[in-house]
Amino acid sequence: MTTSPGGWETVVGLEVHCELRTATKLFCGCRNAFGEEPNTSVCPVCLGLPGSLPVLNAHAVELAMRIGAALHCEVRPSIFHRKNYFYPDMPKDYQISQYDQPINVGGYLELPDGTRVGIVRAHMEEDTGKSTHVGGGGRIHEASHSLVDYNRAGVPLVEIVSAPDIRSADQARAYVNELRGILVATGASDGKMEEGSLRVDANVSVRRAGSDAYGTRCEVKNLNSLRSLARAVEHEAARQVALLEAGQAVVQETRHWDEGAGRTQALRSKEEAFDYRYFPEPDLVPLEPDGPWRARVAASLPPLPAERRARVAALAPGAPPDRVAAVVELGLDGLVLEAAAAGADPALALSRAANEVAARAPAAGGLDPGAFASLLQMESRGELTPTQAKAVLSRLLDGQRDPAGVARELGFEALPATDLAQAVDEAIAALPREWERYLSGEDKLAGVFVGAVMKATRGRADGKAVTGLLRERRRSQAG
Amino acid sequence: MTLPTALDLAQAVRTGERSAVEVVEEHLARVEEAEPEVHAFNLVAGEEARAAAAQVDARVARGEDPGPLAGVPLALKDNLCTRGLPTTCSSRILAGWVPPYDATAVSRAVRSGAVVIGKTNLDEFAMGSSTENSAFGPTRNPLDPIRVPGGSSGGSAAAVAAGFAPLALGSDTGGSIRQPAALCGVVGLKPTYGVVSRYGLVAFASSLDQVGPLARTVGDAVALLEAIAGHDPADSTSLDRPAPALSGCLAQGVEGLRIGVIQELAGVEGIAPEVGARLHEAADALAGAGAKVDEVSVPATMWGLPAYYLLAPAEASSNLARYDGVRYGLRLARPDITSMYEATRSAGFGPEVKRRIMLGTFALSAGYYDAYYGQAQRVRTLIIESFAAAYERFDALLSPTAPTTAFPLGSRTADPLAMYLSDVCTVASSLAGHPALSVPFGTGEGGLPVGIQVMAPALGEPVMVRVGAALEDLAP
Repeated sequence: MTTSPGGWETVVGLEVHCELRTATKLFCGCRNAFGEEPNTSVCPVCLGLPGSLPVLNAHAVELAMRIGAALHCEVRPSIFHRKNYFYPDMPKDYQISQYDQPINVGGYLELPDGTRVGIVRAHMEEDTGKSTHVGGGGRIHEASHSLVDYNRAGVPLVEIVSAPDIRSADQARAYVNELRGILVATGASDGKMEEGSLRVDANVSVRRAGSDAYGTRCEVKNLNSLRSLARAVEHEAARQVALLEAGQAVVQETRHWDEGAGRTQALRSKEEAFDYRYFPEPDLVPLEPDGPWRARVAASLPPLPAERRARVAALAPGAPPDRVAAVVELGLDGLVLEAAAAGADPALALSRAANEVAARAPAAGGLDPGAFASLLQMESRGELTPTQAKAVLSRLLDGQRDPAGVARELGFEALPATDLAQAVDEAIAALPREWERYLSGEDKLAGVFVGAVMKATRGRADGKAVTGLLRERRRSQAG
Repeated sequence: MTLPTALDLAQAVRTGERSAVEVVEEHLARVEEAEPEVHAFNLVAGEEARAAAAQVDARVARGEDPGPLAGVPLALKDNLCTRGLPTTCSSRILAGWVPPYDATAVSRAVRSGAVVIGKTNLDEFAMGSSTENSAFGPTRNPLDPIRVPGGSSGGSAAAVAAGFAPLALGSDTGGSIRQPAALCGVVGLKPTYGVVSRYGLVAFASSLDQVGPLARTVGDAVALLEAIAGHDPADSTSLDRPAPALSGCLAQGVEGLRIGVIQELAGVEGIAPEVGARLHEAADALAGAGAKVDEVSVPATMWGLPAYYLLAPAEASSNLARYDGVRYGLRLARPDITSMYEATRSAGFGPEVKRRIMLGTFALSAGYYDAYYGQAQRVRTLIIESFAAAYERFDALLSPTAPTTAFPLGSRTADPLAMYLSDVCTVASSLAGHPALSVPFGTGEGGLPVGIQVMAPALGEPVMVRVGAALEDLAP
């Protein structure tokens, strides 16, 4: 576990709000879309007009169940409650949310480093609208006026609450990154933190290393990127350690991360203590997904990032873990697996995918795995030099599909093996003194022969293949 | 004044014997004459009604089926949303709001040929038992204008009693259809919870609210219920089953039915002697018609009132939060959001609504939730179990609809508890979600009508209307 030099341990629990990627909102038929004209994706239900009633979106339930299954939660019968408080961007002045009987409880998420972070719950709720406060520094109480956009009101959310099992800023970042991968893989989310599809709040506390008791925590909000999250956790833990070391107490409060200033600030404390007066939502009936539905959802889960990493790693033992992780994160693991299945060298496929293909990420989706595999095989057989192979790969990423044809077009047509052997023998014959020295162990003279062969074949030879032939000739002469 | 039934009128319109326009004009004429005294309506939609009636006539002329309620004037409680017509809930807070949609019950009634002639007065947001809690002034009982029509669907009950419309829709949360029907001498029916869609009914207490018919006869009430009932995908709590077929039950009689008279309600505190006497006469009449009538104790009915006055306000406090001045209705401009909320809601809601919002907010507060809301929910379960035991031995249960006949305006406004006691006989079946029907049966003090309540288990409407129709025939 990570401890600071002063013997303090950081304890973090994360609450992640995930907007579900449904076609329509949680309780009505309005489009669930980002970036539309304000107040165009609204209806009586999501505006909370008198007499309107919510009807639960079955696809949202299905995505919530997928999230639960992917996080190893128990998917249970659940009910919705009303969370009552007044705010202008909440049309009904209550939020329909799951409270003490959530759909998913008690799972875990395994980080790439093997740490297991407990998942307390992952429950469904509706999003609020979006307020823009004009004047007064963007806060509602000093604003001259406020604009409210209800397009987001009623968008389905799943809130995933972790146990306080995270012990550093890096782990917090790794948790959200891994969770994002899972949410994208299950089809629940587009994972776009910058568009607010994923919103993270961090509960941070510190304690003496070795202590079992939790310190007083602060909730840090406004974390819009993984970088903000890591910086905010780092800063907030340091702030709390400084307070405690100065003999002061940490006050439990909600703090706002100021990205520009690089620090957290207490939000103006609300005069009234919040009492949300939760009670069961009488407009909805209990949600009891039956066994077959739950089984169908569990069976439909795609392979999750951890499993995909394991598959790639098993194929290319000894591959650097971050290379494996990068390929999975970019969704290129399928390409690697298919290429390997088609006979390509897995390590070479992984390397090309993690570097040359990844660098052209948007085009990578169009890359034909069969063509990729053929190209890698040509390279492995020495028909193309690595440099030539990369040039051909670039053309394949441009949309071409026949690696041999591209190689011909580029004049990379590989020398037939007999031609190469002939060129090598001619070079040996033309440079008898250098050959003697090479035979006597001066390996660096191989370069002279490679150069000669390259010159004779106008660059079509593969240097490695030439070196290989030179070694072969030396072995047979020595024998 | 003997007026034709809704079914007679529809029949005349369907056969071309009378035009729908003529029927509507006749009713509008009665409205013009008596409405200034009764004040049943918040809005009389004369022009819209004439246009709708002309369309019904056009369909008849083209040989199309104009629907079972063709040309029948229909009065709508003003908490049912009507596209293009203001819907006020008799509250200042909804000033200027015009719904962009029709309630499901309204659109279904209209599709059956009914012609909406206006929106009727109610206790603000359906909170009350006398229709005195209206921002637009009280409705008076057409049978005696110094008396209340009951509430909260007092405008709908008065409209039917005054001959303004043969049919009306009301809403019933704890008795708001049945009690005014009893006080005005008309029939009022609260269906099983979930039989009629609540979509477009402005919510008071969502787990209790049901839309239902008021009419002069059980047959008319049943015809309107058949028109509006049935599954609605827009209401998650609507039952996934077709509308019950009830017309065929009306003439089946009560021979062999087991009917229990609830002792706790027959002798309820404050019951007028004439009301008790009519109940016993009704029971005897049913026995004479072949029913097996006996007394039954359903003790949990007496716990209904306190449970109701915790649960209904709790839900109301949340349902009415949206009236905040931000999006529609009244707004009192103030320099910041909190004072805008306070000023708007202080000015927009009347005292009874404020009282219930405060009661409900308190009942849901941290530290009190379990003692109030939680306890009331447990009582609700007990009431359901207590009814279930009674329905093992009986097909239907009988009680007075209200302890007294119509009382004078102003006589209970100063004492909310006395007013709440008006609901003592009706809240239990609301809490259980069961159907209940009030049928006029004789008169009490001063010749004012007495209503007898017929209760049945969930989806027991067929038995309930059999008993109701029999009582109607047997009434003195």
